[in-house]
Amino acid sequence: MERAAKTYLGLILIFLYLPIVVMIAMAFNRSPLYEMPFTFDLVWFKALAYNQRLLQASWNSIWIACINAVTATTLGTLAAYAFARYEFRAKRLLQILLFPPITIPWLIIGTSMLIFFFWTGIGRGLHAILLGHVALSLPYVIVVVGARFANFGPQLEEAAASLGATPWQSFWRITVPVLLPGITAAALFAFAVSFDQFVISYFLAPPGTSTLPVEIYTSIRKGFTPEINAISSIIILFSMGLMLIVARNYKFGGDN
Amino acid sequence: MAFTRHTRTVLALTAPAYLWLTATVLLPLAAMFYFSFLTASPLGGKEVRFTLQHYADFFTKEIYWYNAWRSVELGLYVTAICLIVGYPAALGLAKYVKGRWREAIFLLIILPFWSNALVRTFSWTMVLREPFNILFSYPAIVIGLVHAYLPYAILTCYISLQAIDDSLIEAGRSLGATPAQTFRRITLPLSLPGVLAAIFLIFVPVIGSFMEPRILGGKDAIMLGPIIEGQFITAFNWPLGAALSFTMLGMVLLVLLVVMPFLNRQMARA
Repeated sequence: MERAAKTYLGLILIFLYLPIVVMIAMAFNRSPLYEMPFTFDLVWFKALAYNQRLLQASWNSIWIACINAVTATTLGTLAAYAFARYEFRAKRLLQILLFPPITIPWLIIGTSMLIFFFWTGIGRGLHAILLGHVALSLPYVIVVVGARFANFGPQLEEAAASLGATPWQSFWRITVPVLLPGITAAALFAFAVSFDQFVISYFLAPPGTSTLPVEIYTSIRKGFTPEINAISSIIILFSMGLMLIVARNYKFGGDN
Repeated sequence: MAFTRHTRTVLALTAPAYLWLTATVLLPLAAMFYFSFLTASPLGGKEVRFTLQHYADFFTKEIYWYNAWRSVELGLYVTAICLIVGYPAALGLAKYVKGRWREAIFLLIILPFWSNALVRTFSWTMVLREPFNILFSYPAIVIGLVHAYLPYAILTCYISLQAIDDSLIEAGRSLGATPAQTFRRITLPLSLPGVLAAIFLIFVPVIGSFMEPRILGGKDAIMLGPIIEGQFITAFNWPLGAALSFTMLGMVLLVLLVVMPFLNRQMARA
């Protein structure tokens, strides 16, 4: 039975990785029309270095992802701390309010942001994209940091308080260091949510300014080039590597 | 009004995150709801009136309700295939593969799931051309979406299957049940929360998908998601787009209402 299970799971893995492997292989193929036979060439990666639009979009993506990670992690950790350490009446309601950003299809969230930001004068642009990304990342951060709180009772903080620490001191000297693996995982997670986000950015990007996924989508719709394969290969290896780090971090940090 | 110290602390801790969520998710949804009843976008000082026309259009014009049905149908196909393929995989992983193998395979399954969805969809355009030649067709959309959401199905089913105590199954066997009977009477009912979670987590985003149909579907891409996208990106009929978005949200809530009681009951039992 174990053999059969492994064979079946092997087939699933082939299905999951086949297109990714093909895409990466084609990024190294000289033919621009994905023609066989395969001839190894780095021409598409070299072409990337001169594609100003893709480079600019990459920078935008990286910056937004970094600012998003810092903002979402900070705000989310504070909220998670309130959930874990305080009892209050609206707690259940606030926890339910985390669901809309992750369960409502991004298409609906994105279009409603477009309407609202336009209407209020916030407008489209990188700042609007950042506003949206933080909203999408917050629920994940609160859940990930909250999970870390689950196996960390208030005893240490109480001990610190009884030894004369102020709440502020015990927060920085006890809570934050103990939570650090969870906070790191949440920050990397938030970075990935933003870096890979396409739908929201697509609706909030004005013509001429965009993030990497939006730029890739535009290129695909115009008719794809192997340059897109090259940048896509870099992105997918990068985000998988990032998630691998999160998985390790989370595992060694927590008990599950 | 004077707040106690406790209330002030809670407010200071939660307010930043929730003000942000209010300004970027809740208020926009409210604004979109308002727009969906207007004859035109109230931008640039245009004269606008209240109307129910856009919602009426959804139910009377075939282009909208028929394509909404196409989205639902796509959701049903993709969810069903993900579960049929994913459940046995989760079962195999939870009950028949042990130790490091299990950890490694589990990680490999969820890894692509956390990578870029757009890029993964794009990668299928290279596989589905020759010799298969089904790029820009309905099956291509289904394959792309199954690829995107299969890890969800495996993940949720695996979590609930893994929680089933093996001794329950052994007890069933020792009382004379066949493997098929223990599966039907013990394993399957106990893993139902995972299945329901998968249904919700797959069906909802698939109804709302527009990028996958656009890239893989060619002329078969016309369904509710791409139509809504078009209202905002090319047609600039925002009130109609808003009404269609809200109709889609209504469909999502309907699914939630159907699935939620089951999930809650299972959660309460666990």
